[in-house]
Amino acid sequence: MPIDEREVRHIAQLALLDLDAQALERLRRELGSILDYVALLDQLDVDDVPPTRGAGTERRLRDDTESTSLAVAEALCNAPDSAEDHFRVPRVIKG
Amino acid sequence: MTDPARLSASGIRARLDEGRASSVELTRACLERVRRADGELGAFVRLNPEAEREAEEADRLIREGRAGPLTGIPVAVKDNINTAGLETGAGSSVLAGFVPLRDATVVARLRRAGAVVLGKTNLDEFGMGSSTENSAHGPTRNPNDLERVPGGSSGGSAVAVAAGMAPLALGSDTGGSVRQPAAFCGVVGIKPTYGRVSRSGLIAFASSLDQVGVFAADVEGAALLLDGISGEDAGDQTSLSTDAPVTPATFDGDAHGLRVGIPREYVGAGLDAGIRGGIDAAADALSAAGAAVEEVSLPHTRYAVPTYYLIATAEASSNLSRYDGVRFGARSGGGGGGGGGGDLPQMYRGTRTQGFGPEVQRRILLGTFALSSGYYDAFYGKAQRARTLVRRDFEELFDRGVDLLLTPTTPTPAFRLGEKLDDPVGMYLSDVYTVTASLAGLPALSLPVGLTGDGLPMACQLIGSHLGEATVFRAAFAIESRLTGTGASDA
Repeated sequence: MPIDEREVRHIAQLALLDLDAQALERLRRELGSILDYVALLDQLDVDDVPPTRGAGTERRLRDDTESTSLAVAEALCNAPDSAEDHFRVPRVIKG
Repeated sequence: MTDPARLSASGIRARLDEGRASSVELTRACLERVRRADGELGAFVRLNPEAEREAEEADRLIREGRAGPLTGIPVAVKDNINTAGLETGAGSSVLAGFVPLRDATVVARLRRAGAVVLGKTNLDEFGMGSSTENSAHGPTRNPNDLERVPGGSSGGSAVAVAAGMAPLALGSDTGGSVRQPAAFCGVVGIKPTYGRVSRSGLIAFASSLDQVGVFAADVEGAALLLDGISGEDAGDQTSLSTDAPVTPATFDGDAHGLRVGIPREYVGAGLDAGIRGGIDAAADALSAAGAAVEEVSLPHTRYAVPTYYLIATAEASSNLSRYDGVRFGARSGGGGGGGGGGDLPQMYRGTRTQGFGPEVQRRILLGTFALSSGYYDAFYGKAQRARTLVRRDFEELFDRGVDLLLTPTTPTPAFRLGEKLDDPVGMYLSDVYTVTASLAGLPALSLPVGLTGDGLPMACQLIGSHLGEATVFRAAFAIESRLTGTGASDA
């Protein structure tokens, strides 16, 4: 299934990836050929087939009891930038 | 002492328990082998600086008579499995510098069992690939032919065992990432039943498919390691509580009473003739061991690869959204600090664009597309239903009384480095025989069955029923004990 540049740009935006002109064209072609291949599934009639959600296994929940969680220092230990008790990031709102 | 890593796990256990070797000697020999051989192979991305200390601990347990089956045995660990205090990067620049606070559950179980963590092995980035060429650390090479790939994504772990650098290794398998490199490298590799082994601490790729798997030089070694890491875990909601054993009662090579099916869709066009011969030899070995072998059908096989690549990439696009430069790993594009030139969205995009390799970006985009508004039902929704059909094919056979399926693991032996890098569909098609067991959540083992005419390893695959690992190991041992060319000696 051919996919156009606008669609690739849109998906890249959703996925928070920057694509330069070269990458955009390459991915447009590659995704197009992958989508051509997965079109094989169009041959399947699955109207009466239930989906397998997840792995198809039962979901179990634990008891709703309090347990320990990460200490603040532990939570921050791999942060690229942090201060006291929080992660630091570039400003969100330009002002 | 003879090259220790080529010993079978039971051979190593005997030597350790009888005091003929110590864990420290064994560990040092493995580390020495890494120093000598890994420069050209690239299997390890980092060694555990605590390995010898862990070995000393193990020797103490052995001396005190408190050794278990894994005590003192060095194990290599794929670098998408968290090791506390030891950097874990999943083969990606986006996780550079990440040091886990906690061991993955499987690593914690290894440590409790007294095994020695030797080091972290190379992989395709985030488990995405079939060649271990997609790693931020560079490729790993196949010890049988340095110009060829070891397979992927767990190529480093497969090579660690194949080249005698470690007797045992952990990997992960989402669509074949333990079985395919095991086949390409000539070692045993098994992906367990989905839920048999905890995924807690395994860096997620596709959560409904991922499983930790194991590598060993022989069937008994693989069973030993899988048994040691299996079991329900409160940290993994999808892990199963079960009494079904992992290992058979004995390894006696008998297969009487087993019904084995060879699905015709797996032995048709596209299968290398040499590998076909290997499957026939495996079938003959099973018959000689008393099994009944018959032809069967898994009619939806041809839909498995597209189904897999839609589901796996969709789940990956969700799982990899956490890599944004905020809480861990690398950060770029935001101008640094709390201010600077860039803003938050630029930081997210910059971090991800610079941090993810091309294959990961390709899969994130495909997965995002499959889940996007207007396409969700046609792609992801359809794939979920196709997955049900693939699962039902297996269920129908097992309900009819078939115990196991015998198939090739791969359509060809190891391909050359660089050969498939520009051909994503070609690369994906090399998973044609392995994705089905992943979609169905079934246990599947790859067993070496000899070498092709060109001297490359070839393998067969045994697929069992849900929680049927013991039967899989039983049949695999029956084949291994009758075919020459298993990877381990018992000195």
